Amino acid sequence: MSTIQKGIDDGPGTASRAVKGVVLLICCAIVIIPFIGVISTSIASQQHVTNSGGFVLWPDGLNLDAYKSIFNGGVVQRALLVSVVIATGGTLISLAGSTMLAYALSRPGSFGQRPILMIVLFSLLFSPGLIPNYLVVKEFGLLDSLLALILPTAISGFNVIVLRSFFMGIPDSVLDSARIDGAGDFRIFWSIVLPLSKAVLAVVGLFYAVGYWNAFFNAMLYISDTAKWPLQLVLRTYVVNNTELSSGDLGGASADQLPPQESIQMAILVVSLVPILIVYPFLQRHFAKGMLTGAVKG
Amino acid sequence: MTDSRPSAKPLSWWARARRDKILLLMALPGLALLLVFHYLPLLGNLIAFQEYLPFVPLGRSAWVGWDNFAVIFNGDPEFLNALKNTLLITLVQVIFVFPAPIALALLLNSLLSERIKRVVQSVLYLPHFLSWVIVIAIFQQILGGSGMINNFLREHGMGTIDFLGNPDGFIALLTSQVIWKDTGWGTILFLAALTQIDPGLYEAARVDGASRWRQLWHVTVPGIRGLIILLLILRLGDSLTVGFEQIILQQNLVGRPASEVLDTYVYNNGVLAGQWGVSAAVGLVKGLVAVVLVLGANKIAHIFGEAGVYKK
Repeated sequence: MSTIQKGIDDGPGTASRAVKGVVLLICCAIVIIPFIGVISTSIASQQHVTNSGGFVLWPDGLNLDAYKSIFNGGVVQRALLVSVVIATGGTLISLAGSTMLAYALSRPGSFGQRPILMIVLFSLLFSPGLIPNYLVVKEFGLLDSLLALILPTAISGFNVIVLRSFFMGIPDSVLDSARIDGAGDFRIFWSIVLPLSKAVLAVVGLFYAVGYWNAFFNAMLYISDTAKWPLQLVLRTYVVNNTELSSGDLGGASADQLPPQESIQMAILVVSLVPILIVYPFLQRHFAKGMLTGAVKG
Repeated sequence: MTDSRPSAKPLSWWARARRDKILLLMALPGLALLLVFHYLPLLGNLIAFQEYLPFVPLGRSAWVGWDNFAVIFNGDPEFLNALKNTLLITLVQVIFVFPAPIALALLLNSLLSERIKRVVQSVLYLPHFLSWVIVIAIFQQILGGSGMINNFLREHGMGTIDFLGNPDGFIALLTSQVIWKDTGWGTILFLAALTQIDPGLYEAARVDGASRWRQLWHVTVPGIRGLIILLLILRLGDSLTVGFEQIILQQNLVGRPASEVLDTYVYNNGVLAGQWGVSAAVGLVKGLVAVVLVLGANKIAHIFGEAGVYKK
């Protein structure tokens, strides 16, 4: 053999290769099949869903009634809007706070750097606990406010450290020449550092966005007004806990013409999945890298 | 120094603060959020020593000393049950969840085709990015009373199985969900460690006539042993924290005795049942023990010569 093989020599064993292939195929199937079933159930015809006991593995056609019913102005549509607002607003707040903090921490010898850095690092070591968190949110009058779903988790110490390391890697000469030209710290940050950091900003932004999109327990704890429920909470109520969606919940569609509950439930599930699926290729590429640079710090 | 700001003489405290005022202003919003929502709550732990009532203004509640800690010191059965479930779940997950990504990483690493490897990775990483609500909703579609498997059993005239509402099977259910969600993602660190192994070692082992299993045992395993030990220690440092959201979402199906863990105990008794002081006391002790465990785990990890959590 002239080339050095990367791993263990696989040898001539076709049998072992077949076994590996089968095992991996099964692993992939276990992950993929539920997704196919969820999508299929959401678009199958009423009759097909009823006949197959509520869960369809492959649809008999394309029937969008379930989607029409949830986008008819009811709870799901409203919750989707709330989730989008939280995810975009939250991500902007998080990015603004984290990048500015990280930049201040990345300038060598700046005033107060050491204590501020310690505050950021120590926040990684403990979580304050549910009851005290609740009390703080309550004392600030944030119960039933969407800000309660954003502010408590807005700054992740881990992300600040990631951004800081990146900012520290920007050559000093670039920043110094701007300073000689008379630019102040904020100006340098805004028109030089941020444009140079687009890639890392995208990654950290997605970190935050996925976190906001997936968060469910904060909403359960802080939001009792159902009009402000994010999608995950609607998903929990109507899908996980199986509360029946009435025609009133669905924006007053004619009650007799509602698609089967199972299809509506799966349509809600698909709607909450789609944003993740859209950003997934990007996530996979960059998060894997981020996880390796951050190693086990997370 | 590359710092172009005047620094001939050491500047006074005040002069440095003035020079960096813009930087300080920039740090302020993020720092304030951290202080308010991460450090200020530490003060909230004071209610662990109070008879707290939500309608009494904070700070006016009566002090009751260590009374609220009685459930811990006297071993209240409900508390002990939550502790037992927490440790049991950790134990089961260390045994079944922890090795899964190692096995999968070894399997993926032995694939010769990079393309197949990448496709498989793309599929298996996906569940990591889903919320627990979605994962559990998906599991219900497969394992629920009218889910895929029970539909199949019914169609073929067999009895159905209650996967989701069976208290005895709850830990197995939790474990299978964690495996489904995070095994693929968990392979990343191990795959990276595997690529660090010098290919020459395999070559040398082959020249010495080592079989594939012996190569695995004498080259591959020693190559990732450090990482395995490190991650195991860190996981044990996290012993008291087990899937809170995951359990809260499914608790009503199996009842609290089988599913109560420390975090759900705090939520159920505090926020829902109004025993604020007692749950804050349990939360506080749990938090303190957890910090000690994490620091201890880091210390041990350092002894094994690997960088820990708080060290870069």
